[in-house]
Amino acid sequence: MSDDAGPAEGPPAPLGEVPISIDSVDRRGALKLLGLGALGAVPLMASAKVMDGLVRDIVKGSMYEIQAAHPDTPREFGRIRQWTMVIDLAKCDGCQSQGTPPQCTTACIEGHFAPQPMEWIEVYEAELNGGGTQFIPTPCQQCENPPCVKVCPVGATFPSPEGTVLIDQDRCIGCRICMAACPYDRRFFNWGTPPVPPEAALADYNPDHQTPASRGTVMKCDFCPEMARDGTLPYCIQACPNDAVWYGDLEEDIATNGRTVVKATRLISGNSGYRLKEHLGTRPRVYYLPGHGEDVGRDTHDEGRMPTEWPWIERAEGAVTWTR
Amino acid sequence: MDTLTNWHERLISKTTRATLVTTYKYWLWLGFLIVVTGNGVFQYWKQWQDGLYVTDMRDRISWGLYITAFVFFIGISHAGTLISAILRASKASWRAPVTRIAEFITAIALLVGASFVVIDMGRPERILNVYLFGRWQSPIMWDVMAITTYLTASIIYLSAPMIPDLALYRDRLVDKVGAVRNIIYRTLALDWKGSPKQYKLLGRAITIMMLIIIPIAVSVHTVVSWIFAMTLRVGWDTSIFGVLFVAGAIFSGVATLIVIMAILRRIYHWEEYLTEKHFLYLGYLLAAFGAFMIYVNINEYLTEGFNLEEAGAFAFRQLFLEDFAIMFWFYIIGGLLGPVVLMLVPRTRTIAGVVAAAILVDLAMFLERYFIVVTGLRVPLMPYEPASYGPTFLEWSIFAAGFAIFALLITVAIKIFPMLAIWEMTEEHEAAIAGEPAEEALMTAAEVAGSGASTERSPSPSRPAEEGAS
Repeated sequence: MSDDAGPAEGPPAPLGEVPISIDSVDRRGALKLLGLGALGAVPLMASAKVMDGLVRDIVKGSMYEIQAAHPDTPREFGRIRQWTMVIDLAKCDGCQSQGTPPQCTTACIEGHFAPQPMEWIEVYEAELNGGGTQFIPTPCQQCENPPCVKVCPVGATFPSPEGTVLIDQDRCIGCRICMAACPYDRRFFNWGTPPVPPEAALADYNPDHQTPASRGTVMKCDFCPEMARDGTLPYCIQACPNDAVWYGDLEEDIATNGRTVVKATRLISGNSGYRLKEHLGTRPRVYYLPGHGEDVGRDTHDEGRMPTEWPWIERAEGAVTWTR
Repeated sequence: MDTLTNWHERLISKTTRATLVTTYKYWLWLGFLIVVTGNGVFQYWKQWQDGLYVTDMRDRISWGLYITAFVFFIGISHAGTLISAILRASKASWRAPVTRIAEFITAIALLVGASFVVIDMGRPERILNVYLFGRWQSPIMWDVMAITTYLTASIIYLSAPMIPDLALYRDRLVDKVGAVRNIIYRTLALDWKGSPKQYKLLGRAITIMMLIIIPIAVSVHTVVSWIFAMTLRVGWDTSIFGVLFVAGAIFSGVATLIVIMAILRRIYHWEEYLTEKHFLYLGYLLAAFGAFMIYVNINEYLTEGFNLEEAGAFAFRQLFLEDFAIMFWFYIIGGLLGPVVLMLVPRTRTIAGVVAAAILVDLAMFLERYFIVVTGLRVPLMPYEPASYGPTFLEWSIFAAGFAIFALLITVAIKIFPMLAIWEMTEEHEAAIAGEPAEEALMTAAEVAGSGASTERSPSPSRPAEEGAS
């Protein structure tokens, strides 16, 4: 615009009236503009909680402290633990030899009333180099550097002092960013109203066992910390006919498959244990010992595995199920 | 001066006509939009009852059309503020008739886009948890903060420059509209008297908002891209995502602005104000961003396709050759190359050509958002068969309702607010009469089209009159 358009008589037309008291009008105008600016306080206030957390974390250097869940959520943590699982693939034949669905999955579904089609421990069939397949039972990897926890906007998924990553379904808002973030496909969503059998409906909800399930929230393998505290092994390990799954505590350096008790670190290192997608830096607490069921007589080319079932679904009234 | 007054009066009557004269076609259109919205509301009520079970999203492809709509609408919200702020900052002398419409698109698209996140939530009734337990580490929280800030800023940036026009409506339409609108005008005009000092204050406010809003707008779609880029997924966890999203946002924003401008121009006979020049300049802006998008896409897909890691190979194949190939190639050829070609060929360098390019771009950018969301989730993480996703009728209904509400709010806004920036246009016209060399205007436009924003000069919405007065 040109600068030489002289000191004209203000803007044209509607503004014909001469302001009576320029000062008072302008002060009011300015104040109201400021009032408009006060609108800006809305997002600021909204983020006050978040900013508060940020400042606190920086000052205390507690960025890695637990972003624990709702204070009302009943929770009893035992001592400091690092629950771990060691899965011996040489002993896993996907329950082919006994002609049943994978027993770990079935027992988990029975124990947790995991809604169909959730398989908190899922037995994947992966191709081997040179042909044939191996079975990989996959629970939640309980990462030490969990991508799901990092992205959760409300702290509904959180790491516990026992080395598990848990979900508070009472707080979960169902945004599903954790499912996008999990690199192991280990998170499941209650797309509909999940089937709850009568016996599960009475359970006191607790993130340690996640029962009863509720619609619009995320669920996953919780590593059965309650059972471990009570001195029993998780459902999947109890059910494994080949004793292929070991459960233990890296803190105490001990592991058991229900039959033998061994030093966990020796079990892992002595059998060339590895973790899934190690390069991602998630540091899972689930270790695998290489194999394809050869210890229980499975050939790499053995085919056919029974599909997973949800037998208790029939007992749940008006059950809604979906596919994965 | 006489001609100026005539021009000004004609502008006022043409603008107020849109507000005052309501034909039966308007009511038909409004009715249509209400029906589409109503269907969407009904379908959402069903979703509220049954959960997200009624969609086709499942564990493996856990985001779909809703998140696509979210990204798309937040994208087109960049029409407004960013474009009008860039044009203001670069003192593009042809911007005045464009800005108001652009700013309305921004505010409305933001409202619609943000609601799609809530629609996508499994437990929408727990929305307040975001404020009660918000964690600053989560990309979703970054989004909540960025979008609420942007919404606030754009509402201010929309309403502040509208004050003089609202004052004009307040004074001129006092007998012609009902009590509600009179109250609206009186309230929002903030006792505007049009004194030089008020103009000065307003000018300052607009300049400040303009300077604030450019970085906010850039940050918003960057943060939206981070929802995807902050995951460990092939095709998503790339540093180019921020650039791709922001460029795409402005790209689709300009396109939406062109389409809505064309519609309003047709209906309200604003040919005198929204001239071929405006469409062409916006078309050049579109072509420039199209070229930039091509560059960004080559960067992204060449690195992925050249290295071809295992998961990358799957992502590459489904996009270039398999399930999503039609969408992808339509996006590349129709949506990115299309507008560039249309603007390069002299024969299509017309209003019709620009509008055609804009429609192509909007379509292509919607498809791009869709395949980014879906293909990223479709790449198998473990040894399982890739999942499939196709939105259900219910999802499409709610999606359509989003567009209907977007159109509805604009349609209603026309009946309340001045959709042309009367005072700024008058000012611009005044300057033009005073004899600004035409080349300079062209130069500014070329700068804008070329570099996105050229802000080396300290920008101010300089009113010649006010400069003299101060």
